[in-house]
Amino acid sequence: MSKIQARFARLQSERRKALIPFITAGDPSPAATLPLMRALVDGGADIIELGVPFSDPMADGPTIQRASERALAAGMSLRRVLGIVSEFRQQDADTPIVLMGYANPIEAMGIERFVDDAAAAGVDGVLVVDYPPQESEAFAARLKAAAIDPIFLLAPTSTEQRMRDVGRFGSGYIYYVSLTGVTGAGHLDHGQVAARIPAIREAVGMPVGVGFGIRDAASAKRIGEIADAVVIGSRIIEEIERAGEADAPVRVRALIGDIREALDSLPQGTA
Amino acid sequence: MQMADASYTLPDEKGHFGPYGGIFVAETLIPALEELRLAYEACRVDPAFQAEFEYELKHYVGRPSPVYHAARWSRELGGAQIYLKREDLNHTGAHKVNNCIGQAMLARRMGKPRVIAETGAGQHGVATATVAARYGMECVVYMGSEDVRRQAANVYRMKLLGAEVVPVESGSKTLKDALNEAMRDWVTHIADTFYIIGTVAGPHPYPQMVRDFQCVIGRECIEQVPELTGRQPDYVIACVGGGSNAMGIFHPYIPYPDVRLIGVEAAGDGLDTGRHAASLSAGKPGVLHGNRTYLLQNEDGQIIETHSISAGLDYPGVGPEHAWLKDSGRAEYVGVTDDEALQAFHDLCRLEGIIPALESSHALAHAARLAPTLPSDRIILVNLSGRGDKDMHTVAERSGIQF
Repeated sequence: MSKIQARFARLQSERRKALIPFITAGDPSPAATLPLMRALVDGGADIIELGVPFSDPMADGPTIQRASERALAAGMSLRRVLGIVSEFRQQDADTPIVLMGYANPIEAMGIERFVDDAAAAGVDGVLVVDYPPQESEAFAARLKAAAIDPIFLLAPTSTEQRMRDVGRFGSGYIYYVSLTGVTGAGHLDHGQVAARIPAIREAVGMPVGVGFGIRDAASAKRIGEIADAVVIGSRIIEEIERAGEADAPVRVRALIGDIREALDSLPQGTA
Repeated sequence: MQMADASYTLPDEKGHFGPYGGIFVAETLIPALEELRLAYEACRVDPAFQAEFEYELKHYVGRPSPVYHAARWSRELGGAQIYLKREDLNHTGAHKVNNCIGQAMLARRMGKPRVIAETGAGQHGVATATVAARYGMECVVYMGSEDVRRQAANVYRMKLLGAEVVPVESGSKTLKDALNEAMRDWVTHIADTFYIIGTVAGPHPYPQMVRDFQCVIGRECIEQVPELTGRQPDYVIACVGGGSNAMGIFHPYIPYPDVRLIGVEAAGDGLDTGRHAASLSAGKPGVLHGNRTYLLQNEDGQIIETHSISAGLDYPGVGPEHAWLKDSGRAEYVGVTDDEALQAFHDLCRLEGIIPALESSHALAHAARLAPTLPSDRIILVNLSGRGDKDMHTVAERSGIQF
């Protein structure tokens, strides 16, 4: 059982929801990332999604684009992201880490080398935004062989066939993109999301995390009522932008703490 | 007469050209691409669609465009005979409009009232705005804010044609960022929006679809060149940015093994300076904008900024079919610098009375390099993909002239 699967199993036995925050590695500087990761854990994160910055983040809205640009300007690279994960692992052996990014930096490093180095650094899951299942069967198999979970996206427009493909190639959890749009967009249709989740969970046979459009404790709680995990990204990046590097860990910890509290206040046994 | 070999059938059903092409996009776009693929495959074999497309190309674009023997320039160069496929004579002044008409017709069939496009220099944006006006569709064009500044006349043209031009401030503020932003718009407005990509790149089915719409160029040449010369050309030369004019003229010639296909990339200040846009000559394979292809990137896999005097060639990737034609050896790819392209630009102006686009001037420059090395009975066909009126400002500035 992978670290991610173990975490979900434990949360399920405690009837709690997983909280999965996202930050971009190297934003606003490479030195800022470790303290921010610790703040996320202290605030109550179950899994950390660590964004690998890319020059052309096609699926991201303005907030995560800015984070990517800041990180690249500060010299961040995939190699350095793996270095940060190694360092984090020396202090925290338990919190699962999922790398989230785009295909090209991984291909430039070489898929074999990336999988080996990611496993050695202590990465637990990898989500490549522009690797849909039909283009990444071999990559997913290689990740699984290295005990890393390949995480896939599903969207409101995904067909039953897509769900089954994702269920076959993926493991760990499914990231359900609750809007057709880019990251950071608003207008989450709660009823529509709620209606879709049971079918998705059924088709993929693993926990379903919901992201896109989650802004605060209240919206997180509403998602927690229906999903297994709540993914929150752009809102944290905005907090980091507003706080500045020095104050960011404290403010991010408080933000995550509020959301954690809201999720834990859900009546046990929902969904 | 050489025999045609009909064994080339790429892409495969998943949109692959060998290891290149494919569908590398976020899950949110997958259903939209599937809807597009099914609609396109239906239109591809629908005689009514094809008949309407031909009608539009004839009566709105002014096709067929002629093939012209550049006799004076050929004599001056002292070698092979150079023939020009006159895509510059099309309505809107370039080959781009062929594809825009095809995609806009498809959008109408799919019931999408809104079209979006990305543009670099503005040529594809102008062609899209033109066709959108013709069909009464809402049109939004994404353009890097740096390009908006450099191409004020084309921005105004698009606005005259009723399009909204959105300046893109992210990344390098140029064509690749405009493409990113158009993709973001599309994923947000999938239900009512059709994304008209301007070149043979992007996720499947775009590289195939754009190629098919542009193949009218090569098909006409296969009829026209023998009418003038009694046989097919020895060389077909075209400039390659994303590569749509080159695929349009190359593809029908792929089955003719004696016709050499040469793509010309922008070598900018020189391939060894790092300031160029020659993805095939100096890049390596990777994934960008929905497909696997040759890319200009740094060792961390970040896409790097490109340079060319010609905005239409200033792109860090290239269509995946070109990547395959390079690897398979069916086509070869060379670089031409800014200075060489400018020389060809001026020569064609003075010797033939034709002002070529700076993009096309790259193909002309390679023809000028090749012709003197060949006997006078050899035939070189160059795709003169666009006219140079849009480049007056750039050329004048380069010569130190102010209007």
